[in-house]
Amino acid sequence: MKVTVVKNILEANERIAAENRKLFDQKGLTVINLMSSPGAGKTSLLERTIEILREEVRIGVIEGDIQSSKDADRIAKKNVPVVQINTDGACHLDGNMIRATFDDINLDELDLLVVENVGNLVCPAEFKVGEDFKAMILSVTEGEDKPAKYPLMFRESSVLLINKVDLLPYLDIKLESIREEALKVNPNLIIFAVSCKTGDGMREWCSWLKDQVKGSAS
Amino acid sequence: MHEMSIAQSLIDIIRDEMAKHHVSVLRSVKVKIGKLSAIVPDSLSFCFDIMVQGSDLDGARLLIEVVPLEGRCKDCGHAFEVKEYVFVCPSCGGGNIETLRGQDLSIVEMEVE
Repeated sequence: MKVTVVKNILEANERIAAENRKLFDQKGLTVINLMSSPGAGKTSLLERTIEILREEVRIGVIEGDIQSSKDADRIAKKNVPVVQINTDGACHLDGNMIRATFDDINLDELDLLVVENVGNLVCPAEFKVGEDFKAMILSVTEGEDKPAKYPLMFRESSVLLINKVDLLPYLDIKLESIREEALKVNPNLIIFAVSCKTGDGMREWCSWLKDQVKGSAS
Repeated sequence: MHEMSIAQSLIDIIRDEMAKHHVSVLRSVKVKIGKLSAIVPDSLSFCFDIMVQGSDLDGARLLIEVVPLEGRCKDCGHAFEVKEYVFVCPSCGGGNIETLRGQDLSIVEMEVE
């Protein structure tokens, strides 16, 4: 006997993500799902962003890593609320893992919650966590071929931060080619070229980010 | 890389549906995987086979249909197959493309007894 079942395989996760999103909306909280390869600079970007915006935006962070609390320790030094999730092997965060942190972080005290996903250019793009939008980082050393090789993440993201631009003089890669390749996969991408090390481009990024925060008077 | 968790979600849905239809033997299950999804079909088959081995679903076959990536230009209405993940309209050059299909990750049919 044949049974027709038309269902999204990820529906269980998408249901939980939608519930998370509803809760975030009720609290007037803006939520970003931040993704990239390992080492592209997600935690560094957050450190710099917190330093710049801390007087204007109440930021909290959920750190996702396979193991260790190294990232949460770095963020905690900036004196903002932070929770570490250890996935114990899983390559991405999902809606349920985010929901499980709600007892450990006071969402009422925040304007902006950043979920720093597990470093991985593939799997996190497939799982919603309840975010308003996805942001990704590509560091210049990763190469301009990455959008075509990992299209889903570039397609799903609203914002692309091209990081480590201070290294460009030492590389055979052009910022413009990275930009062009990314826009082929997603012509709607908002792109910022930044260096978390020198601070280049950080003001532009933070100014844009501040405008995305719900209820921000801009 | 996350095919194991996809296989687990798939099996959860299969068990739910089998209970709903009061059947106990799964012969095969058909799924659609879009070209844009980050799933490797061979890897999903491998994970599915491992997970059903020795369970009541042992012997069930996973049939995978890979769905090509198709888009439509919101500016000129032209529908086309998106090649090499370049989301640019071949007709008008615009970049305002909606994905018609090819991002699927869905179960479509089960053969049960």
